[in-house]
Amino acid sequence: MSDAAITVEEARKTYRGGSGGPALDGLDLTVARGTVHGVLGPNGAGKTTLVRILATLLRPDAGRIEVAGHDVVREAYAVRLRIGLLGQHAALDEELGGRQNLELFGRLHHLGARRARARAGELLERFELSGTGHKAVKQYSGGMRRRLDLAASLITEPEVLFLDEPTTGLDPRGRAEVWESVRSLVGGGTTVLLTTQYLEEADQLADRISLVDAGRVVADGTADELKAAIGGDRIDVVLRDAGQLGTAVALLPVPKDAITVDTDRRLLSAPVTDRMAALAGVVRALEEAGVEAEDIALRRPTLDEVFLRLTGHDDRAKEAA
Amino acid sequence: MTTTTYALTDSWTMTRRELARWGRQPVAVVVNLVFPVMLLLMFGYLVGGGRGVSGEYLDFLVPGMLALTMAFGLEGTMVAVTQDLNKGVIDRFRSMPMANGAVLVGRSAADMLQSALGLAVLLAVAAALGWRAQGGPAGFLGAVGLLLLFRFAMLWIGIHLALVAGKPELVQAVQILVWPVGFLSNAFAAPGSMPDWLGTVVQWNPLSQTATAVRDLFGGPGGEPGHVWAAVVWPLALLAVFFPLAVRRFARLSR
Repeated sequence: MSDAAITVEEARKTYRGGSGGPALDGLDLTVARGTVHGVLGPNGAGKTTLVRILATLLRPDAGRIEVAGHDVVREAYAVRLRIGLLGQHAALDEELGGRQNLELFGRLHHLGARRARARAGELLERFELSGTGHKAVKQYSGGMRRRLDLAASLITEPEVLFLDEPTTGLDPRGRAEVWESVRSLVGGGTTVLLTTQYLEEADQLADRISLVDAGRVVADGTADELKAAIGGDRIDVVLRDAGQLGTAVALLPVPKDAITVDTDRRLLSAPVTDRMAALAGVVRALEEAGVEAEDIALRRPTLDEVFLRLTGHDDRAKEAA
Repeated sequence: MTTTTYALTDSWTMTRRELARWGRQPVAVVVNLVFPVMLLLMFGYLVGGGRGVSGEYLDFLVPGMLALTMAFGLEGTMVAVTQDLNKGVIDRFRSMPMANGAVLVGRSAADMLQSALGLAVLLAVAAALGWRAQGGPAGFLGAVGLLLLFRFAMLWIGIHLALVAGKPELVQAVQILVWPVGFLSNAFAAPGSMPDWLGTVVQWNPLSQTATAVRDLFGGPGGEPGHVWAAVVWPLALLAVFFPLAVRRFARLSR
């Protein structure tokens, strides 16, 4: 058996009757056993399609796709024995209680009545839901629901766990709860594939990250490698007078072609390598030329900027079109 | 364990899931059981009473109401399947190593149980109103069998519609449409009292076939001897069409 828990070669999928192009357009991905792999991309990049194919919910049009050493199409049953899935929408029976849900899924995993009951108790305890196990899931908070959903996907301690945007729609507290739970899984040997729209989330949880856009992987590596590739931090300068934007662009001690200008917000933005030197240089240059700034700030690049940099097109502009 | 054993235990687990849901929503279960009783009382007293044939009309009405209740079950099945499809829980079922058909088998077993319960309640209320089956025990069992067969056909139409439509908005459309389809039958009135064209439509309605056969087996007015075959053939024909369609649709959720 190879070291890869997930192998995806040239995966293709186009939805029939769909208006857009292919959802997956020759996607390649390899995830090593026991690691957390982040799949990062904007809405519509193909993240959910990829997870649904890996979890045997959707058939690919083409490609070789294996999970835990088994083909997702020909050996779907063998794959299902070895995976857990946390989808974007809570995959729970809302009318039933938390404990009833876990026992139901345990029985469907053929644990038998007694073991299903015991396992439900263990998981409720582990995810701090013991006190609310009798309550109907529809009365749960968003964070509790997500934890129960995660517990349900861990019924059989799966070899491979898929988390599709596990924190989308959660408040910061719910997000922290889910992150904590995911971290506790790692080290138990479970391979995790995590999709997210948040750079920070991938950064926090994943050993390696694949950036996905328009159904393909456009870059992959560790968080540090990717950050280095996209130029690290950025500096934002807001001017008092939009008429001076041209002057300011000429003054900034950074490469001219990397500067973006937003006239409406009187904003210049540029990537920087040495944070403090860049900040000092910008302040000095503006002062010497008598250009008045309203605000100057250093910040991490946003996901939009990462994609603009790596794919050469602006995702927001695409959505607006 | 063998695949067959798994198919059986998984189906039973899915049936128990539905029963557990009943336990969580006792009011909804009671409302479901009371609704046809309300219809029976309304038509029995308002319509039947106005005609001044309440005793005999009750004999005509009870089999019609029983058949109508089975037909309306289509809507309940469709709502339940649509809810599952839109809640994400179906994704979990489909990503687990469970028997493929258990989701649908569990659904049909639970719905059939609920319908059998509905029949029992409706028959008990009819008996309390003074209605009696006059066709003997064999006729009685035969009638109940035909009603449940009709319900089984409606069930698979409901599953198919839910899988095709898949959206709550379309459930509403069906909820409204079952009324004219249910009422364009001989459940409340004999087709002889209707204009010719309407009478023809009504007579061809599968619901009417079942109601007529049940009237015959209960020994009441409006029954036609030898009509039982139509009440067997119609539901079987509907099943022959919708059962494979629904199963195929379910398998195609992965397209």
